[in-house]
Order: sequence, then structure tokens, then C-alpha cells
Amino acid sequence: MIRLEPRTNPSQAMIILTPILAVLATMVVGGILFVTLGKNPFEAIRMIFWDPLLGEHAFYYRGQILVKAAPLIMIALGLSFGFRAGIWNIGAEGQFIMGAVIGGATGLALYPLNSFIVFPLMIVMGALGGFLWAMIPAFLKIRFNANEILVSLMLVYVAFNFLIGMVTGPLRNPDGFNFPESRSFQDFPAAHNPELWAGTGIHLGVLFTLGFVILAYIMITRHIFGFNVRLAGQAPRAAKFAGVSPNKMIAICLGLSGALAGMAGLFEVTGPAGKLTTTFPLGYGFTAIIVAFLGRLHPIGILLAGLLMAVTYVGGDIIQSQLSLPKASIQVFQGMLLFFLLAVDVLVNFRLRISKRNSK
Amino acid sequence: MTLIALNNLTKKYGGVIANNDITFKVDKGEIHALLGENGAGKSTLVKMIYGLVQPDIGTMMLDGESFAPTDPRASRVRGIAMVFQHFSLFEALSVAENIALGMENPPKTDALSNQIRDVSLKYGLMLDPNRLVGNLSVGERQRVEIIRCLLQDPKLLIMDEPTSVLTPQEVDALFTTLRRLRDEGTSILYISHKLEEIRTLCNRATILRHGKVIGICIPKNETAKSMAEMMVGSKLKTPQKTITNFGLPLLIVKDLSLRSTDPFGTSLKDITFTIRAGEVMGVAGVAGNGQDELMLALSGEVLTKANSIQLEDNFIGQTGPVERRLQGLLTAPEERLGHAAAPEMNLSENTLISGFQRQKLGRRGFVNKLGAAAFAEKIIEKFDVRTISVGSAAKSLSGGNLQKFVMGREILQDPKVFIVNQPTWGVDAAAAAFIRQALLELALGGAGVLVISQDLDELMEISDTFTVISEGRLSAPRPIKGVTTETIGLLMGGSKEI
Repeated sequence: MIRLEPRTNPSQAMIILTPILAVLATMVVGGILFVTLGKNPFEAIRMIFWDPLLGEHAFYYRGQILVKAAPLIMIALGLSFGFRAGIWNIGAEGQFIMGAVIGGATGLALYPLNSFIVFPLMIVMGALGGFLWAMIPAFLKIRFNANEILVSLMLVYVAFNFLIGMVTGPLRNPDGFNFPESRSFQDFPAAHNPELWAGTGIHLGVLFTLGFVILAYIMITRHIFGFNVRLAGQAPRAAKFAGVSPNKMIAICLGLSGALAGMAGLFEVTGPAGKLTTTFPLGYGFTAIIVAFLGRLHPIGILLAGLLMAVTYVGGDIIQSQLSLPKASIQVFQGMLLFFLLAVDVLVNFRLRISKRNSK
Repeated sequence: MTLIALNNLTKKYGGVIANNDITFKVDKGEIHALLGENGAGKSTLVKMIYGLVQPDIGTMMLDGESFAPTDPRASRVRGIAMVFQHFSLFEALSVAENIALGMENPPKTDALSNQIRDVSLKYGLMLDPNRLVGNLSVGERQRVEIIRCLLQDPKLLIMDEPTSVLTPQEVDALFTTLRRLRDEGTSILYISHKLEEIRTLCNRATILRHGKVIGICIPKNETAKSMAEMMVGSKLKTPQKTITNFGLPLLIVKDLSLRSTDPFGTSLKDITFTIRAGEVMGVAGVAGNGQDELMLALSGEVLTKANSIQLEDNFIGQTGPVERRLQGLLTAPEERLGHAAAPEMNLSENTLISGFQRQKLGRRGFVNKLGAAAFAEKIIEKFDVRTISVGSAAKSLSGGNLQKFVMGREILQDPKVFIVNQPTWGVDAAAAAFIRQALLELALGGAGVLVISQDLDELMEISDTFTVISEGRLSAPRPIKGVTTETIGLLMGGSKEI
């Protein structure tokens, strides 16, 4: 009989091994999924994991990986603090949209002012937009104890409709033949977030992301704020005893994740996306939740998980076009990753014991 | 006549031997005490009798027949009942509903209520079957558990630390009930570390140490000290108290009132007391009378009116825990795991919970990990905490060792005023003596100490002044000299003027 036996101390080896196990399990079960869809599973998995990095056209895909990884990592870093403290911001997608809209609108309002101040101001406004959007669930939780999961999630749809309202109304490109989209930021150099080195995919948002990874690493491992976040998540009463105010924690964690999601939205809309459109949201805010957990809520882990997830995004595009698999199949594949991670997570605190059945 | 005989029982958990070759008998109609320090193996032993765990080696005989229960139900069928230290009752259900939940085939509620009334009258356990458990005192809740057992008509009743939550009067009432049961032929296996109680109640006592039976004695012929020494295996040193003159007032609490937000919590009403330098004030009271709420208000986890708490010259009712610690007010809550310490974090990290600011374990918010580890190391050494290293998770420590760690963490921060709830709860005799001694030395060094405890003997031993909390009110503090157990009992029962 196989039993689970609690460990006295969490296994450090398993903390590192479980994400790898989860990826392997996803490959196996994902392969079965592709077989049932009538495709060669080895080819499909090679296309997802190998081709974007080292395949024939990898020089093109590699830039794409960074473009997709940067927002995922930036959002996931913000979320990880709240998740550690037991504060569940599920609405990063909404904050991402609001950051893009508010920050983007700030730039568009200044069009065609050609000043170095425009872009920094847009970054600040983008972060502020996400921050304020996240303050709504924070306020409702503190004041009325409303569940932040539901509120933040529902606000995603409000934000999405706000975006539609904006691009069909005030922010619609006056020279754009009535299409529901804003002026392109490429035509507005002061507000554009260009690729810094051609072909690398690196834009200012990628550099910011790297900076935030380092900053978050220092905060979580060296600073008392990181300690208080962990304490609040693991032992809320001990956190109160230590003098951590639960309400402040809620406001800080939601605000921080909102600001980072908003900033990611601003970098996305001014760079890779290029303009505000009704199809601007790509689900980065939701996928970042998977990235945060896949990376064990640890900044370095999130960096790796974000890159891995970006690879599956790019690889997903490849199998869609070359194997004509439906988009949903790659989404299922990504979902499996989180599912298996949560499943094998039990090995961190428990060990498997194979024993003979106790005779009664 | 032997009721139950245990022959050479051995039980191992992993590499640890919890019970090693245990052999003893409980006779019919006797109250048999099981004595031992924490970790001596008492719990494992009664769990084997109650069918919760099975012995690796050894056999049991009940009424002359082989007895090997595989689960508690099998034990209950054979006439064994147990009252646990921690009750398992639903607060939102009535007494009768709670009792029905534990029965295999519960009768109709009316019939059951009548049965409960009959049993409660017969054994002097006053209890109204229709009351909500949430509204009952701890003593009354225990009666629910006892009646639940008595309805099964048990041959052997196992009681685990039954008096730790009772007032002296309630203890007397319980003992009357237990003696009546004994006289009717029921055997009782009685686990307690209150040695005086065992002397007055029990016919025989089996003493366990490190999982082995050390000896069997007749408690009446022993002293509490001699039994304690048998348990520990060495001579005990009682803490020495030197009479001091008190210094200036350090902590002044005046008309502290606080509404509890928990529907089954206790609101504090006009709490007033003063602790002076060098003074140890003891607060007795039955659990659930406002001790937890008082702790939270004093530690700063719950804020009150600013002027209701004064530390030296400052009003601190609106001041949070961090600032209070910096001003010299330290606290140690009752619940070690989850409140005083974070279970998953290691000991080094656990020093940060209360020590980060006051011990300066960092600069500008950045944690000095070496400093924290060194402080943890110091606590482990000075308070004799048994652990593998400062890197061990708090939850891996035994209750007693974690308590020593928590007490050490606060006491070594040199508090001006130290407030502690249940300082020696679940700690073995030697460690308890050590902690009490440390509290007395703290007072001797000029600190004010407030000890909230359910253990009256402890309070009598270390307090200078004495007060009782009952239904959220605190009696006027009085010198410990001249306080009798009877006075305490009346105060604990809620009597205002004595």
C-alpha cells in the first residue's frame, strides 16, 4: 500500500524537483491528448518546447519568447507577494487593461508633443491605473470583508468593457476610418516602446522586468516586508502578534500587484501590441497566475516559469499553424502544467511510503 | 478483581519508542492514576486502550478475555469510554444534539433528554439538555462529555487532564461524581499532572518515564514532591522567591473595556490594575473568561481607548504591537504554534516575529540573518531548547521545547513589563520550574510581570499579588498572602465581594 507520510521539514530537493516533474507529466499526458487529436505526439511536443528555442526558425521565435515572457513575469512577480500573504488577486488581467488604457490615454492626450517626459509619465500613469483598479477590491475587502477573488475577477470584465467603450469612443483614432482602435503608438515616437536591439525582442519593459525580478528577490529574501508577507500567509495570527496590520497587508499586496500589472499593460500596448484595440487583452493576467505558482512564488522561479510559459505560447502558435491544432489544445496543455504542479506539490511536505498493509 | 490487564505493550513511532514493555492492571472499582511527564508515553498508552492505535507487541485482557480493539468503536462496545482533554463539541448545537451525534443509534430527542436528566441528577452533574453548547462554561462542557460517556454505561472511564479547566469548586463536584462511579464498580483511569489531586482521589498510581513503567505507588502514602521526583527521575528544585519592595508603577490599566467581535468570545469590562516594578501579578480564572481578549488588548493586537492602558508615562491604548515592544512591553500568548510562532518557519526566522525591532535584527528593514540566527542560538542555549538546529521548523519542536523557545525569546529581550498567558502549559515539571524561576528573576531585575494561568498552584508559587478574571471582569488585586483556595474558587465563580 502506498501511504503519504508527513515530513517534519519541507524537502528542499522537492521544491526544485516538483516543477520539473510537473513539466514531464504535462508532456506525457499532453502527448496522449495530441494522439487522440490524431497527431504525432513527439512532433507536437518537439514543436512546443524545441522549435522556439533551437529549431530552424528559432532566431525569429527567440525574440517572441522575451516579448511574451516579460509581461507574464512582471505580473506574476506582483501577484506572488499577495499569494504568499493569502491575498488572492485574480483580476490582474483587468489591472493590465486599465494600465494600458490609462497610461495609453495619457500619451494620446499629449499627441503629438515630442518630449522626453511623455513616456515616463505614461509608465507612471499605467502603473497608477492598475494600482487604482486593484484598490477597488482592496477597499471592499477591508471595509466590508468582500471576497477579493470574486471582486477582482469581476472587475476584469468591467475593465474589458471600459476598454471597448474607450476605443470606440474617446480614444478612437480620428484618422482611423472609424475602426475601433486607438492611434498607433508607432506613429508617435515620444510614446513608443520600440524594440531596442533589432531581432532580440528586448524592449524597455523587458529591462524593467529583469530589474523587478532582482528587486523582488531582495525583498522576499532579505527584507522584513518579505518576511511579513510570508508570515501573514503562513500564520495570520502570528503576523498580527508581530504587529503586521492585516488591512495594510491587503492594500499593499493588491496595490503592488495592480501597479505591476498596469505597468506591464502599458509596455505591451505601446510596444508589441502597438495600439489599443478590442482584441488587445491576450490573457496575460490570467496566465501569470499559473506562472506565479509554477515558479513557486519565488522571483527566480517566476523568471524561469515565465520563460517556459512563453515558450509554450510560441510553441502553441507553431503547432496551431503547422499541425492545424485548435487553439484550445494548447490552452489545455498550459492548464495541465498548473494542474500537475499542484498535484505533485504534495511531495514537498509529504513523502511516499510503500508499506505492507497493516493486518487488522 | 482485575478489570483490564496490559501485558508487555510496546509501541514504536518510526525510531521513537513511545511505550516500552508496559505492564500493569486496573482493578474493578478503583481510580487508577497514570503519572508521567510530557512525552512519557501516557497518551500513547491510553490511545491503545481506546483503540486509536494498536500495539506493536503485547496483549491486553479485559474481564479475563482477550482485548485487541482496532478502532474506538470496538473499545466502546467492550465498555471503555474516554473524556478527552480537548472537547469535540459543536457550539451551535444543543447539549442533547451533541450527545446524539456521538451515538450509534440515538433515541428520539425527548427520550434522550430524559436520559440525560436522569444521569445528570444521579451523578450530580447539573446540565440542561436543551441549552446551546456555545453558551456553556468549560466546566459544563466537560459535563457534556462525561454524560456522553456515562450513557454508554462504561466499565472503564478514561479521563485525560480533566481538572485543568475547572474551578476548585467544580473540581470538588467532579471528584464527588467520580467517587460515586467508583463505588458503583466503574473503574477510572485518571491522567493528570496535578499531584495533590491524585493524592486525594486515586487509589493507586502507575508512574511512567521515557515510555517505561517506573513504579506503582499508593498516592496517599506519598507526597506531591516525592511523586514528582519519581516522574522526573531526579531531585526537584522549587523556584526561590525573595520578598522585594515594589518600585514605581510600570503598567497602569484603567477602565479597559472591549467588546468581543466573536459571538462566543468574552467582552472585557472595566479592567483596572497596576503592575509595579518587581511585582509578579497572577491572574487566575477558568478558560474562556476573557483571558485571550485581555492578552490581545495588552499586546496591542486589538486597540482600545488610548488612555485605558498606560506604560510608564505614555498612553498606549492606540499603539500597535511593534511600538509597544520598543517601549518595553513584551507578551507571550497562550497558543504557541500559529500565534506566538509560525509553524513552518525555522527558529531563526521565528525570532523576527517579536525581536526584529527591539533586538535590532536588521537595518533599514533589511534582515540581518546572522544576527537572527545568533539570537535564536542564544535562546536555545539559555533556555535549554532541545532541537537539531536554528534551522528546524518551529512545528518540529515538541510543545514544551517550543514553549521554552517562546518564553526565552521574550525574556531575553529584557522587557520592562512582561505579560504571559499560560507560561508552563504542557511543559514538563523540570522545564516548568525553570520557566517560573526565569519569571521571578525577571521581576527581581525590576520588571513587572503579569502571569495569566489556569494553574492555581503555579500562581500561588510565583505571584506577589493575585486577581481573578471572570466573565471579562477582573477582581481587585490583593496580596497573595492570606488568599485561600476557597476565596479563589468563589472569585472564579464570579463572586464580586469577598
